[in-house]
Amino acid sequence: MNTKTTYSITFIFIGLALILAVLLNISSGSVNIPFLDVLSGLSGNNMETKSWNYILWNYRVPKAFTAILVGGGLALSGLLMQTLFRNPLAGPFVLGISSGASLGAALLLMGSSFLSGIFAFGILNDISLVVAASLGSFLVLLVVILVAQRIRDTMALLIIGLMFGSITSAVVSVLAYFTSAENLQRFVFWSFGSVGNLSSHQVSLLAVIVGLGTLMAIFSIKKLNAYLLGENYAQSLGVSLKKSRLVIIIATGILAGGVTAFAGPIAFVGLAVPHLTRQLFDTMEHKILIPAVFLYGAILMLLCDTIAQLPNSAEILPINAITSLVGAPVVIWLLVRKRKMMF
Amino acid sequence: MSNQSYSLRTENLSIGYGTKVICNNIEMTLPKGELCAVIGVNGIGKSTLIRTLGKLQPSLGGEAFINGHKIAELKPHGLAKTISLVLTEQPASKNLRVSELIALGRQPYTNWIGKLTDEDKRHIQQNLDAFHLEELAMRKCHELSDGQLQRVLIARAAAQDTPIILLDEPTTHLDLYNKVQILKMLRQLAHKKGKTIVFSTHEIDLAIQLCDKILILNGTKNPFGSPQELIAQKQFDNLFPENLLEFDERTGGFKVKK
Repeated sequence: MNTKTTYSITFIFIGLALILAVLLNISSGSVNIPFLDVLSGLSGNNMETKSWNYILWNYRVPKAFTAILVGGGLALSGLLMQTLFRNPLAGPFVLGISSGASLGAALLLMGSSFLSGIFAFGILNDISLVVAASLGSFLVLLVVILVAQRIRDTMALLIIGLMFGSITSAVVSVLAYFTSAENLQRFVFWSFGSVGNLSSHQVSLLAVIVGLGTLMAIFSIKKLNAYLLGENYAQSLGVSLKKSRLVIIIATGILAGGVTAFAGPIAFVGLAVPHLTRQLFDTMEHKILIPAVFLYGAILMLLCDTIAQLPNSAEILPINAITSLVGAPVVIWLLVRKRKMMF
Repeated sequence: MSNQSYSLRTENLSIGYGTKVICNNIEMTLPKGELCAVIGVNGIGKSTLIRTLGKLQPSLGGEAFINGHKIAELKPHGLAKTISLVLTEQPASKNLRVSELIALGRQPYTNWIGKLTDEDKRHIQQNLDAFHLEELAMRKCHELSDGQLQRVLIARAAAQDTPIILLDEPTTHLDLYNKVQILKMLRQLAHKKGKTIVFSTHEIDLAIQLCDKILILNGTKNPFGSPQELIAQKQFDNLFPENLLEFDERTGGFKVKK
């Protein structure tokens, strides 16, 4: 079929867009480095100033890489959730998965004074934050799934997600009230979201997590396509519901949980990117959607981070605010234009 | 029990939900290549029977066999190559294209990532043609009429290329023309391709005209046989409470009592 060739053209286009977004992202920041110098620095030459070299390789490149992982991972988890829950409005933020991760992070960052007996050692290193946030997101995801099996109504599912958001933010407020100012500040900064400030160690850990989640998604491609017909049809096509659901849930949980642990709760990327991608790639085939959604999410995240940098100023806006400012209107526009959101 | 003598057979099958049996003692034996309608009043268990035969829910007693194998013992993958389903539920994603949806019927035969071989593509094309869907192939499901969507779902089941096809009320919500069209297609599929097809329906008069066998669910005896046998046994007369409708043997349909 000739549809394949049109998709490969779109893929080339979206790949070029990604390279452009990376270059744009790397060449902007609080220190003004001329674009041509960035290019020459990236191609391996030594740059005019030592400090530029340092900024480029130790700050900006890891940050761009993180943005790719965060955007791609969140968008992919959104795609998986929309297919799994048969719900076009599903996404890590809407279903309360990000809130669950926040709760885990909050308990760790602010509740440690109460819980110090339990987590006596090794508290507050990278791993424990990832584990806490992932556990939080898994917990919420599991409850949402249990509810989803009892209640088929997609609206009810979204409302339950919202309620989870409220519960976790209430618990977070209570923790915030009792915690020290220093811990509170740490949590607040985490909740703004950021793709910078990750050590090379943390970036590689994030890469492993996102890679694992993506791999699991790739192995689920066939089952995800079957789920488009509904669970009963999927079962009649030989899909083992229990096993495939578990794999997809774990993939979703570690993608959303892992990303949120490192970059904070970032809104709307998971919900909006799959829909935006379907505007470009007019198909439901997950073989095409999974790489496309990942790339699109990465591009969007790079652009949002570039905006958050406020070029040539030392200020950095919270990236969560930027993604909401970009994402919420996109969702509204999609709803108004298409009248009905479909997945 | 030789494999040739029948394709689908139930022995003293009980169906229901949880522990609640809603219909007992279902006995049917269908040879290969026959079209069978399941009829009965609302709530008697027509859909439950289809779902039980399709192994979407367990039976509550008795056995069901396909070509000599107990359905309960079929593994998911073997089941997918034996039974295909058309359910009353709409596809979860209405954004699927017709060709994509029919291609999903080939899943039991494709590799881990679902790559379609030439053989798979041939099956898809064949069923697009057989169900007059060539012009709709690139349409999305939400752009189709009810009748078109039903044809697509049946084409998908046919593309799954299983000896048995089960359909749950394939003609509801359709106008008379579409109802007849769907049932005639099923009849062709059974007779020309040798598929054994069981479907639940409320179209008793059409079923009498078009089906090889009919199973009447009434919760106790559940008569099964060819339409002529059932008419001769006056099995349709007691299908509904007698105050409103009467069965007319000459026309094979029900008349309203005035």
